[in-house]
Amino acid sequence: MNLDFSIFNWNLIQNFILKGLWFSVMLTVVATAGGVFFGTVLALMRLSGQKWLDAPAALYVNVMRSVPLVMVILWFFLLVPLVIGRPIGAEYSAVVTFTAFEAAYFSEIMRAGIQSIPRGQVFAGQAVGMTYGQNMKLVILPQAIRNMLPVLLTQTIILFQDTSLVYAIGAYDLLKGFETAGKTFGRPMETYLMAAVVYFVICFSLSAIVKRLHKKIAIIR
Amino acid sequence: MAMDWVVFCKDTLSGDVVSGCLGHGRDITYLNWLFTAWGWTVAVSLAALTVALVVGSAIGMIRTLPDKPWLVRLGNAWVELFRNIPLLVQIFLWYFVVPALIPSMKAFPPFILVVLALGLFTSARIAEQVRAGIQALPKGQRYAGMALGFTTPQYYRYVLLPMAYRIIIPPLTSESMNIFKNSAVAFAVSIPELTQYALQVGEETARPIEVYIAVTVLYAISALVINRVFAHIERRARVPGFVSSGTGVGGH
Repeated sequence: MNLDFSIFNWNLIQNFILKGLWFSVMLTVVATAGGVFFGTVLALMRLSGQKWLDAPAALYVNVMRSVPLVMVILWFFLLVPLVIGRPIGAEYSAVVTFTAFEAAYFSEIMRAGIQSIPRGQVFAGQAVGMTYGQNMKLVILPQAIRNMLPVLLTQTIILFQDTSLVYAIGAYDLLKGFETAGKTFGRPMETYLMAAVVYFVICFSLSAIVKRLHKKIAIIR
Repeated sequence: MAMDWVVFCKDTLSGDVVSGCLGHGRDITYLNWLFTAWGWTVAVSLAALTVALVVGSAIGMIRTLPDKPWLVRLGNAWVELFRNIPLLVQIFLWYFVVPALIPSMKAFPPFILVVLALGLFTSARIAEQVRAGIQALPKGQRYAGMALGFTTPQYYRYVLLPMAYRIIIPPLTSESMNIFKNSAVAFAVSIPELTQYALQVGEETARPIEVYIAVTVLYAISALVINRVFAHIERRARVPGFVSSGTGVGGH
């Protein structure tokens, strides 16, 4: 069995791989930003102490976490067009799905982060006359995000890997780019191997950076 | 939007509604098929969990061995390799690339290849937990074993591992539930499990909502059962004085 990697010229990389990489990175960035935002909202709902806020947020998070991501992707691909009345395409559907899905995971991270802030800080904020909103925005959340930064970034790396699951609805991501190139040039094995190498290099480098950051933050605290 | 649950009682070939909802012999209904698909999901998950526990434990232990830097490095490399490539890509590698490179694996059925993919992918994560569990033990436990004259395999077997496994049950629970969820990715190589069923039957019957609901509920039930089983094991095996948090984040 001989492998032939000569098909990987700049033309192929530009036309197939970079197109997919762009979508995977965009999906990761948008879903992380959106997921952290909505996840923080969900975390605040769960920590509010109000049952009518806590219960729906808890239900949402637990349902999302007990269903495979692939099924969530299929659900959104089916339901979003029904709700808004027109088809939106696999790529937009993927963005909506990942934002909604990751919000559930990020909310658990943010909840742990907020709970890691000593109660005294909350009281200190109240003592200097801050409102709940000011206290959250100026005292609690900046520290919570900083404390949880390594975990947030690790989750983002997992999220980047999971973007490959948009395969289920046929969106054009990094893996799809490799697969299409493999089919076009009749070299599926080489392209799958290269896909593995590229994912590995990206994820390994990112996790090495996160590890260093983790050490840095751990020393300061 | 009206639901039409009768769809599950239809014969998969003729499309006629079968009385009693379950077909017999060669006539099967979509409900029969659903249960078969659930069986495949359970089979893939349990087999992969076995592979993951065995390989993950071995790699995790290797990474804590004293005076064996090369074995430790090998274990670390294993974890990094299987953790930094998406599961779907790994499944494709096992399915398309490995049998072509290793001719003797051509005879392996897809089920085995998917189990290997999912099992080894998860083994990296379990290895990480086993390592953390062993390293979380006080150093004195290792020395106590040595002081009693145990060899390395002996003090691992009689002192470290029984403690380590009991304190890592909560993260192992999350990982076992993750295996059930991750088994959904096997649809990509046409293993007839629940997600593959949802895709195919949703299309065939033009009733995707009912089909997705049924499949989603079965996934949730599977996750719940695993959770209860492990909660029971955890209660029975809890080490007094050792509390480890069960909120492992990430991984789906």
